[in-house]
Amino acid sequence: MRKQLCDALVERARQPHMAFLTGDLGFMALEPLQQALGRRFINAGVAEQNMISVAAALARQGLDPWVYSIAPFCYARPFEQIRNDIAFHALPVRLIGNGGGYGYGVMGPTHHAIEDYGVLLTLPNLKAYIPVFDADVGAVVSTAGASPKAAYIRLGRGEQPADYQVPAYAPWRCLVRGDGLPVIAVGPLASTYIAALRAMPESVRPSLWAVAELPLALNPPPGELLAQIAALGRLCIAEEHVERGGFASEFALYLMRNGIGAQLKLLCARAHHYARYGSQSYLRKESGLDPEHLLRTLAELSPA
Amino acid sequence: MAMTQVHLLDADRLAQIRKRLIRMHYESGVGHIGGNLSAIDTLALLFNERLGPQDQFVLSKGHSAGALYVALWSAGRLSDEALCTFHRDATLLAGHPPAQGIDGVLFATGSLGHGLSLAAGTALGYRLQEQHGQVFCLTSDGEWQEGSTWEALIFACHHRLENLTILVDHNRLQGFGETGDIASMAPLWEKLQGFELDLQIIDGHDLDALRSALAHHVPRPRLIVLETIKGKGVSFMENRMEWHYLPLDEMDYRRAIEELGQA
Repeated sequence: MRKQLCDALVERARQPHMAFLTGDLGFMALEPLQQALGRRFINAGVAEQNMISVAAALARQGLDPWVYSIAPFCYARPFEQIRNDIAFHALPVRLIGNGGGYGYGVMGPTHHAIEDYGVLLTLPNLKAYIPVFDADVGAVVSTAGASPKAAYIRLGRGEQPADYQVPAYAPWRCLVRGDGLPVIAVGPLASTYIAALRAMPESVRPSLWAVAELPLALNPPPGELLAQIAALGRLCIAEEHVERGGFASEFALYLMRNGIGAQLKLLCARAHHYARYGSQSYLRKESGLDPEHLLRTLAELSPA
Repeated sequence: MAMTQVHLLDADRLAQIRKRLIRMHYESGVGHIGGNLSAIDTLALLFNERLGPQDQFVLSKGHSAGALYVALWSAGRLSDEALCTFHRDATLLAGHPPAQGIDGVLFATGSLGHGLSLAAGTALGYRLQEQHGQVFCLTSDGEWQEGSTWEALIFACHHRLENLTILVDHNRLQGFGETGDIASMAPLWEKLQGFELDLQIIDGHDLDALRSALAHHVPRPRLIVLETIKGKGVSFMENRMEWHYLPLDEMDYRRAIEELGQA
């Protein structure tokens, strides 16, 4: 999604108050943005705490700062700067974390971000965006850029099947339709299930929903989805995030508050460490986030 | 730099300001007075004489919020009634500077190691928007144990933020002892002089030295090490660790006011 990000930000760079800060990352990807922005492109060096506070101050001065790094370096190291300097002051700084979830795969757990939006959504005045497809990135940049709130954008990579027609961006989308129980997946993980679910007969095929904006207070679930859950009394949620603080717990609370009872199966990032390292696909499989595991889970949930 | 109104300070006025600072802490039953007294001369001078309408100040050592509020009061930017609410329920004048609501308080600080980055970003913001404005930041000396403060210094020097002035309240006492005994950087100026900045070391309680140091213009960041005394102006508080925290009782308060005279 970096190419799409760069294109979207180059477009935004026409606005004279836009500024971009990187924690010394983006080589072979963000050079067009550097060229477009000139001195408003700031390589803040390997110093994320300072970078976040500088961005907060730029926003306070009326500029439009966007901050970029590998996802964990973007939020975990400088969490206090995000909390105190951005969120407490309700400043519109946009944080872009590349390679969310297990995106940096075999690079190891220091480079993974599987508690990112859960941690950040404990803060006030902040919204998280998890684009599902490459084509979403432009719309996400526009949407986040138009919001007065701070934003965390978790970038992954487009993983949809080659023959799949990507629907226009929306914070909630039904990617696959069927009469089976609903499956909700967060961000690009949703696109990895499309092929397996499309292969199922429509009578048992789940409806696959993708959510791309959090928290639910700012992006409530669509009525059609809630009606499916209420009618079937079961659902499955998949997210490349640890269980604690993740989307599923927020969604379960939402259902309870709205008087909707349902059995929930959760697929999530099970661990920061495994015995062996591997790619994003390998780690998803270790976590039970792969399509085969989803199909087994759906079979368990289905009536005998 | 254009200034709207300049109130030149003298020793009598400074004694008045110190007494108001001590009374505010006494009436609210609040400690942290020692580091407020080491910083008050600099803050009073900045707000009464130096800061123009375009300029900004960041209090990185947020635990000296009392001195900041009293400096704003001395310059007519905060009412006496407001000072009377210090540290009480429903006040705007919290123990550390708040995020919103007080003219002259740009950022909520209190966790050390944030202010210099915020000041550097503000200075860079002026540059990117092609606006004039000087930015002043007061740090503590213990705060230089925070890695983020050094990140900010590297950034400010690399970008040659000539509109940034860093002030270090070098009172040599921190939360649980002397800086030299806890994580010594002594002498601090030696560690700083390798950076591309204009380094000055002055008596932080000498108004003329402060005026002169603040008037020195160079095409790079300025860093002024203020040699100060924790608890300055009250003999039984000076250089005493306990006044980093303790509130004053009635006897302490009367003695302190008596020492500061009739001004």
